[in-house]
Amino acid sequence: MAAEFAYPDNAAKTADARAEPHDTPGTLSSSNGPAERAEPEFKTEKMSLSMGPSHPSTHGVLRLQMELDGEILTKADPVIGYLHRGDEKIAENMTYNQFVPYTDRLDYLAPLANNMAYAIAVERLARLEVPPRCQAIRVITAEMARISSHLMGLGAFGLDVGAWSVLLYTLNEREKLYKLFEELTGARFTTSYTRIGGVSRDVPDGWLGRVNAFCDQFLPILEETLALLTRNKIFMDRTVGVGVIAKEDALAFGLTGPNLRGSGVPLDLRKDRPYSGYDNYEFDVPVGTKGDCYDRYLVRGEEMRQSVRIIRQVIAKFPGGAWYATDARKIFAPPKEKILSSMEELIQNFMLVTEGPQMPAGEVYFEAENPKGILGFYIVSKGGGVPWRLKIRAPSFCNLSILPKICVGWLISDVVAILGSLDFVMGECDR
Amino acid sequence: MVDFYLQLHPFVQGLLKGLAVILVIFPLGGVCSMAERKVSAWIQDRPGPNRAIVPWIAWIPFFGKFLQRLGLFHVMADGGKMLFKEDSLPDHVNKFYFVLAPIVAMIPALTTVTVVPFGAYLDPAGRVIPLVLANVDVGLLAVFAVASLGVYSLILAGWASNSKYPFLGSVRASAQLISYELSMTLSVIPVFLWINAPGAEGTMGLGKAVEFQSLPGFWGGMWFIFLMPVSAFIFLTSLFAETNRQPFDMPESEADLVGGFHTEYGAFKWGLFFVAEYANMIIGSGVFILLFFGGWNPLPWIPIADLVGWLHHLTGSAFWANPFVVGLLSILIFFAKVIFMIFVFMWVRWTVPRFRYDQVMEIGWKKLLPLAIANLLAYAVGIAIVQMKG
Repeated sequence: MAAEFAYPDNAAKTADARAEPHDTPGTLSSSNGPAERAEPEFKTEKMSLSMGPSHPSTHGVLRLQMELDGEILTKADPVIGYLHRGDEKIAENMTYNQFVPYTDRLDYLAPLANNMAYAIAVERLARLEVPPRCQAIRVITAEMARISSHLMGLGAFGLDVGAWSVLLYTLNEREKLYKLFEELTGARFTTSYTRIGGVSRDVPDGWLGRVNAFCDQFLPILEETLALLTRNKIFMDRTVGVGVIAKEDALAFGLTGPNLRGSGVPLDLRKDRPYSGYDNYEFDVPVGTKGDCYDRYLVRGEEMRQSVRIIRQVIAKFPGGAWYATDARKIFAPPKEKILSSMEELIQNFMLVTEGPQMPAGEVYFEAENPKGILGFYIVSKGGGVPWRLKIRAPSFCNLSILPKICVGWLISDVVAILGSLDFVMGECDR
Repeated sequence: MVDFYLQLHPFVQGLLKGLAVILVIFPLGGVCSMAERKVSAWIQDRPGPNRAIVPWIAWIPFFGKFLQRLGLFHVMADGGKMLFKEDSLPDHVNKFYFVLAPIVAMIPALTTVTVVPFGAYLDPAGRVIPLVLANVDVGLLAVFAVASLGVYSLILAGWASNSKYPFLGSVRASAQLISYELSMTLSVIPVFLWINAPGAEGTMGLGKAVEFQSLPGFWGGMWFIFLMPVSAFIFLTSLFAETNRQPFDMPESEADLVGGFHTEYGAFKWGLFFVAEYANMIIGSGVFILLFFGGWNPLPWIPIADLVGWLHHLTGSAFWANPFVVGLLSILIFFAKVIFMIFVFMWVRWTVPRFRYDQVMEIGWKKLLPLAIANLLAYAVGIAIVQMKG
């Protein structure tokens, strides 16, 4: 992606010389179709325009090198890597638990879901099953993270098409979630909540009740906020039929998450390959029909309702018992009071901190249904407490790969809407 | 005081009027920006600006705190910031036109305000005389003619910036403003067909429109919004487009064009664009109210002369018959309506999404313009029939 991009001087030349492989009419045809290019009466030149990395609507540091015919895009090259931090390489130099904070910074709008996906991947490597209570806590946090991520996604989408207030309403709700996160994990944003074999602490007293209370007041507000957009004529004009991703394209480009489901593919790993006890809960997987920006918006809205449904079910049958894998002595640190009073636990803790959780040799690939799509961790271990290689399959990276295909033929304003509807996070795209 | 003013040389009078315009429009722009921030905060469920405070006002026990919460001093802070921050002139711009553009933006704003009546007083004979800085007979035509010059500032700004986003913004601006002017002009013609019956002295004066909305009787006292709702709708829609307000803020469109035509501007030059936008809004609202909302008449079918008469009758004091009091009252009523209109502008801005550029053009040419023409034809025929009978 983005191997080449034209500089302003030679933009016109390269544009003529290059065949446009993405420009396939038919996939983009719709009632609200992309602006048709009439036969030019006089000689025109194409203009190259760089959108980003510092631009209000590129959601971070994405850069789109665009080639414009008037306001119509003839080519779009995503240029990524402005937020590259080498997370995968960093992982090779630290123990498994030390990498948890780095997962916060992948999809920084849903750190709890990243924490969980990473922890489960490493636990799969260790063939370790965490107790039901731990699984339930993780499911709650992951679904809360999904709500918070979708809130931000919806709000930013609204902002991109010009509806300011939606963002403020959703941020208000996200703020309430952040308060709950803070109470649970000690941090609002970078939670670093999971540990290999468990979580960093049990849920505080009364926290579940407060989560329930949040859900109760959240649903009416969500309806109210969505009502600002869903039947809004201007919003529909801007999104219906815009940026259509055909089902085949979505699959071919490896799209996942709401972007794939918006195109009508009901792929949801929580249903298809349940992990962390998702099979115990009832929820629907919303899918779109046309695969346009509007469908992706609707899917996100519905997913929040389903997440609330899941959270309520988890709280209703919240299991007791241990909240971490008590028997995994070489993986999860013993309770603090025992470390201070007992020799064996002290040594255990010392070994864990210095050597890291001990993993068998082998390799594992685990993927979880994150708010943005499927987040996968591929870990190769040669034994010991440090991964030999850790590869992250980031949903935003794959979702962005379709940009050159779906942006062509639309106006600049549509590109902004399309970017908003894809709801990507550069933190995990660039890693 | 009035006598003293009238004794002055006409040139000095003109200077004083010009000073009054500047002294009114600039603070109004500042207050509007503050109102925008407060209204958006109110709509978005947040406190809005409430921190800035001048020390010696903070010492006033409760009142100071109240003013601080109101965010009043942010106007001063904003204005001061815009005046005193570095007025940078980027290297890549065409310096002459770059500096000229914000000045050109202010010209229509400051010129059109002179022909907009903002109140009325009763002369000794009991007639309502409009208060206006320059009582020209072409009234609305002058407003339209001068206001349409505003597009030059956007084009100049975008072109002189020598940068792509401003360029795109100014291209959009020129197309949009010109397309909506057509419907806007067509939409007000029925009003003037109605008030310029054959035989009457022809006028495009805005005061005359208000006079017609203050006549006695059911049809006389009716505001033109009830008489010509389609005209009012077209005019208001075009007004949104002409003042670059959401949902038609294509020239600015910060989601895709960063800042549109003023991306490269900063400090006071940007401030001038900002004030010009609000000034245009104020004047546009004023014209809308004069044409369709009865001007300084408090309620439909209740002209200000009647209101004053009733107050005089009720209280029995000559206070209400004082021309100064009537004038102030009419100005208050007019400004209350203008403020409400500006609130409507803000309300819309913070509620609806933004149209796309081609949709804006489509609405302008394919929907609004045919509607305006049909409306004009219908009213022309209707008015002809009514006036032939009458």
